Amino acid sequence: MSPRPGFVLEVDRSTPPTLMWHGEGFRLEKLPVGTRVVYGPEALPALSDPDEVIRHALEHPLGDSQPLRTLLFPGMRLTIAFDDISLPLPPMRAPDARQRVIEAVLDLAAAAGVDDVVLIAALALHRRMTDPELRHALGDRVFEAFAPNGLLFQHDAEDPSNLVHLGLTDQAEDVEINRRAAESDLLVYVNINLVAMDGGHKSVATGLASYKSLKHHHNVRTLLQSRSLMDERHSELRNSNWRMGRLIAAAGLKVFQIETTLNTNTFPSQLGFLQKREWEWSLRDRASFLAASSALDRTPGGLSRKIFHSVQAPHDLTSVQAGEVEAVHSSTLANLHRQQLVSVSGQTDVLTMGLPYICPYNVNSTMNPILVACLGLGYFFNLYRNKPLVREGGVLIMSHPTPWEFNPVHHPSYIDFFEQVLAETTDLFEIEAKYEESFATDPWYVHLYRTSYAYHGVHPLYMWYWCAHAMQHLGRVIVVGGDRAAVRRLGFSPASTLNDALELAEDTVGRDPTITHLHVPPLLLAEVT
Amino acid sequence: MKALQFERNVPRFAAARVASSLAGSGRGVRVGPLELVELDPFALPGPGWVRLRPRLAGICGSDLATLDGRSSRYFEHIVSFPFVPGHEVVGDVEGGLLDGRRAVIEPVLGCEARGIEPLCAACAAGRKGACERIAFGHLRPGLQTGYCRDTSGGWSTELVAHQSQLHEVPDEMSDEAAVMVEPAACAVHAAFAAEITGGERVVVLGAGTLGLCVIAALRRLCLPGALVAVAKHPNQRDLARDLGADQAVKPGEHKRAARRLSGSLALESNDGGIERLTGGVDLVMDCVGSADSLQQSFDVVRPGGRIVLVGMPGLVRVDLAPLWQREVELRGAYAYGCEDRPEGPRSTFDLAFELVREARLERLVSARYALENYEDAVAHAAAAGRRGAVKIVFDLRKGAGKDAPGGEGVKVAQMAATTKEAK
Repeated sequence: MSPRPGFVLEVDRSTPPTLMWHGEGFRLEKLPVGTRVVYGPEALPALSDPDEVIRHALEHPLGDSQPLRTLLFPGMRLTIAFDDISLPLPPMRAPDARQRVIEAVLDLAAAAGVDDVVLIAALALHRRMTDPELRHALGDRVFEAFAPNGLLFQHDAEDPSNLVHLGLTDQAEDVEINRRAAESDLLVYVNINLVAMDGGHKSVATGLASYKSLKHHHNVRTLLQSRSLMDERHSELRNSNWRMGRLIAAAGLKVFQIETTLNTNTFPSQLGFLQKREWEWSLRDRASFLAASSALDRTPGGLSRKIFHSVQAPHDLTSVQAGEVEAVHSSTLANLHRQQLVSVSGQTDVLTMGLPYICPYNVNSTMNPILVACLGLGYFFNLYRNKPLVREGGVLIMSHPTPWEFNPVHHPSYIDFFEQVLAETTDLFEIEAKYEESFATDPWYVHLYRTSYAYHGVHPLYMWYWCAHAMQHLGRVIVVGGDRAAVRRLGFSPASTLNDALELAEDTVGRDPTITHLHVPPLLLAEVT
Repeated sequence: MKALQFERNVPRFAAARVASSLAGSGRGVRVGPLELVELDPFALPGPGWVRLRPRLAGICGSDLATLDGRSSRYFEHIVSFPFVPGHEVVGDVEGGLLDGRRAVIEPVLGCEARGIEPLCAACAAGRKGACERIAFGHLRPGLQTGYCRDTSGGWSTELVAHQSQLHEVPDEMSDEAAVMVEPAACAVHAAFAAEITGGERVVVLGAGTLGLCVIAALRRLCLPGALVAVAKHPNQRDLARDLGADQAVKPGEHKRAARRLSGSLALESNDGGIERLTGGVDLVMDCVGSADSLQQSFDVVRPGGRIVLVGMPGLVRVDLAPLWQREVELRGAYAYGCEDRPEGPRSTFDLAFELVREARLERLVSARYALENYEDAVAHAAAAGRRGAVKIVFDLRKGAGKDAPGGEGVKVAQMAATTKEAK
């Protein structure tokens, strides 16, 4: 039986309560009658033989690329770059898609007699990965072959000796990327395309870039003009990366792009109820929900975080495409849309969503308040094509505990940004003008980014910019069940319950508003007509 | 005359210390050696002395330390018991050149007030705060009015003052503004003691009356670069920003704020937080004077930097290794006198009058109490920050309520506290 497509449910009196994520927990909420609930399509079937599909993709590339086998030759410099810890979410059960693809590439390289091969984790300004994280993404065989021999690198956007400036785009954007990658005879990029924003030219132009280059598209202006980040037709972020990618190609760097898509099998069987529609919950699902909820209620915060971060997604590969970047990405998007797209008719006054415990920047870490804002306003709000699910001036209600809590190793500059900058102002342009440079160039942040496991100093500002479109579009943001002081620091309104939040929302959008609930994760992409 | 008198009474002194330790600052007053009493008017100690009828008299941090039994034994030989506290005073002058006028007291009891001639070197140079004769002359020991048995103090309906101690209050200046002149003078002197040459990165620890006045003084009289205030309470942080701090942070955030400000590297603690900075800010103004605040000062000052101790300290236990290893300068800033300015020596009090006007420091007066309600007044002063207040004063003007704490100031304080709770 083929998986069922996405679905918009209209809540009536017989509709059971709806599951809403609430950080490291979840709640069942009785939504008002008439509320629309948007569910994503069911998970697509797994590729029956993913390794064979990978080999086929490498041998039958898209666009004007030659088969990878023919691009490999003895004496060449081959660099394989791969997406970092931020993808996929949650981290997928082994073998990771990157492991499968890189093993296939290395098999071909070995057969061709290539012996100058290095691997680079394309961190951009993200934190470095730990050895166990790298081992999980690459598999034991690859990790053992490269790491002990010093051939497994993590991109360092602050190492001037290992960056090369390739020129300016026609919009005067600096393109500065990893020197080893730029000076290779072939750069193979291995991607996991979890959301529509990932992949394409963004892989190299962002993942292997320096701050000098990134700031041309990671800025307030660009993000205000990305409507949405997930809609390639209307994203200035995408356009900037495309200009840079084309300049990289024009500069002579041959990139062989390998992109993969995953299905939405996001949670293991014991948490299977999390990806089912509530009225279809079996007795076992209900029992699992009750058991999980009551166990989480009794579990201290630190432990429940550990439990959740140990969850590995049973994601399956649904497609692999390789070759020339743009042709590959076009095919990738079609496959991603096949899994995630849901048609939704018309906008709503109020959009509700439950935010889970994880976002791209807190894997094995703490979901701090800035990341809560970024997940809600930067990611989930942008899960649309054409027009936002909520009307301009509408209200976004998010459910998350939003603890005033930070991981000082991973997010040192986040603490300062939250405690010092957001205490002064939440204004996007003011923050960008007044604080960006000092956060980006602070020597301590640079030191921690390069030598510890810290996100780059400027990263919290980027997370704030990520919210730009939503901030401009929305009339109000309400957080249910959050730390009130933290929520206020973000410039949002706290509410104790969903009902309280809906009452507050009426102050902004009037009485009896239309409501839409975005039922994620698993991820979906709303095509709003 | 009516006065609050502080006696040398060792058991009650000890009881105050225990009560304040157990129940918090300000709680010692109920069992301590402060009493509301009727006294005969004080005799004028000599020529040049006049009477002053206080209108407003402030409650200062050093007063609270005395009432709590926490002040240093260092002061034992430079005060004389019993004394009437109160050295932040504006009142009406009776007699002398300023007869009938309002004046504020410059409370240091230096050589001139004590009838000592020739003046000591410090007094001769106008640096009254550094007078070497504060236990001599025709007065009993007492470093200031408010600590001397012979002069009474501001917490009374009458005191005596030497004409050299008085500064006339301009007609247009309110009593509330005038009562802020003395703490403002302390802040002015401290700001100049910091010897700012321009562009220094500064942290001010503490944002009670003194800390806030120091912020105002630094911003208006010196040329610091960025200025970060460390303040416990939201209203203090708001005022600090309003008076000139570029940033106001909570006490636990001081290391991060100083690190950001200075661009310093940091040594990490086991949990990934900041243990201490390797660099730091150029200048720390410690307006608290506790062991914790001194430690915080050492946490954030750069090698070769300066810490100015503005708040009154007592016996503290502090690790001085950073002072030695980083060659940090630690200096005190006490009282006032005259300041060397490019245009020539200026009276600290003259500069303080200007500061009060420019920074509108009268807004720091949060609540006024009748003398009879001194227990509530002291409790309010001790909890000022937490209760959304800054400066608590006794209101000795005719018509000031006897039973109820007076008027508008209280409303302001209550509103601030209510606003804070609503937040």
